[in-house]
Amino acid sequence: MNRVVITGLGAVSALGHDLRAHLEALRAGRSAIGPITIIPTEGLITKIGAEVRGFDGNAYFENGKLALLDRCAQFALIATREAVAGSKVSFRQGLGSRTAVVIGAGVGGQTTLDENYYRVYAERAKRLHPFTIPKLMISAAASHITMEHGITGPSFTVASACASANHAIGIAFHMVRSGSVDVAITGGTEATITFGTMKGWDALRVMAPDTCRPFCRDRKGMVLGEGAAVAVIETLDRAKARGAQILAEIVGFGMSSDAGDIVLPSADGAAAAMRGCLADARLAPEDVDYINAHGTGTAANDVTETKAIHAVMGGHAKRLAVSSTKSMHGHALGAAGALELAATVIALREGFIPPTANFTEADPQCDLDYVPNEARLQGIEVAMSNSFAFGGQNAVLAIRRFT
Amino acid sequence: MSLDQTEKLGKGDPAAIEGDVLDIIAHQAKVERATVTRSTSLAELNVQSLDLVEIIFALEDKFDIEVPYNANDPGSAGVSFQNVGDVIDGIAKLIAARDVRKTA
Repeated sequence: MNRVVITGLGAVSALGHDLRAHLEALRAGRSAIGPITIIPTEGLITKIGAEVRGFDGNAYFENGKLALLDRCAQFALIATREAVAGSKVSFRQGLGSRTAVVIGAGVGGQTTLDENYYRVYAERAKRLHPFTIPKLMISAAASHITMEHGITGPSFTVASACASANHAIGIAFHMVRSGSVDVAITGGTEATITFGTMKGWDALRVMAPDTCRPFCRDRKGMVLGEGAAVAVIETLDRAKARGAQILAEIVGFGMSSDAGDIVLPSADGAAAAMRGCLADARLAPEDVDYINAHGTGTAANDVTETKAIHAVMGGHAKRLAVSSTKSMHGHALGAAGALELAATVIALREGFIPPTANFTEADPQCDLDYVPNEARLQGIEVAMSNSFAFGGQNAVLAIRRFT
Repeated sequence: MSLDQTEKLGKGDPAAIEGDVLDIIAHQAKVERATVTRSTSLAELNVQSLDLVEIIFALEDKFDIEVPYNANDPGSAGVSFQNVGDVIDGIAKLIAARDVRKTA
């Protein structure tokens, strides 16, 4: 089996438009949650989000191409460009056919869907733009990545709501590890801050009106984010042979299903995915220094996830650090695991643990070390990143510092 | 709001409100309407979190009100969802506030 390393990484989120901006925001513990500006919020209960601010697709794409790209595909392409540039991988000379593109997305081209439904149902438009379907399809981002980079190997999109990106990255990791491909471009993308979607979230009654405070006594729910993060991963042998930068090693991936509730999480399901990840990585609980938590800030998730960490880690649970970077970049659904992988790789590389921002006072039922408010300068060797989706689809990654 | 819509929403008659709330809760809990009284607790009707969100949705739709309920912070709603009677009283208050708003 191949060892698998990350040789390129790119990110776009509320924290900024590139990886450098993410590093700076995570180190400063700066939350990017604020008033929603990209849609009118009159008539919405939830008026805050973690938007990609100051974003103009025209700066990245020429007109003809932009017309084909939903906001979520734009984010994915921009993050991919950064990851490919950083890895200095070239897909010429046959590598394109030995490369996979596996992208997670929870919803897909929601902006396109919303706008066009409005046109036909509200404005009674007689016709829609012919690009409507190719723009809204959930797999469009992955397809555009193959086209832009000349990748002719396997490409597909993975959907498992909030765990989509972790499932995508985990499957891509296994594909490279097994040798079915040499390289993979993998991550997640999402852009669902639309009026229709926000009305749906309002109706579910789980959104915070103030901010996202994971694991706190006074937490009031989740805050929606958006963005994309993409990694170039490849075999260690290949990366070494071509002298590529190696950002971190992916060492394990575990999955499980709760078979329980369509919205409520299960500690057993979460624990099963974490245990599966440790087994896949051949790691003991004591090896783990840091967990980038799912940490949505809902009443149900944070207590359940804390229980699951106790169940898996035993006495080591109190010694490791746990933080939720959703407190800074919001919950980007299908991109969440990818943004959190980026945060985790930054933490491993830069020797600090990103904090749980907006932290007030711990919930008595949440009794772990959540790294409140300030990044902690601490070298870490092994980290896990949790994603636990609505509908009980759980996916956990393990990452090791590469030296 | 047109006259016939106001008609449909009811005029805030307490007995009618109680009847409508009982209908909605019994329907969502999938129990006989006659088994639900003011003192019945939602817990004993086995109303789970998503059921409660659906009940609130139905109440808002029926009475044209907004129930400021957040599942992460149930205390902030101003309406208790412990017993059926609490729900009836809380909804009646929101309907009264609705009518004040509409006549203002």
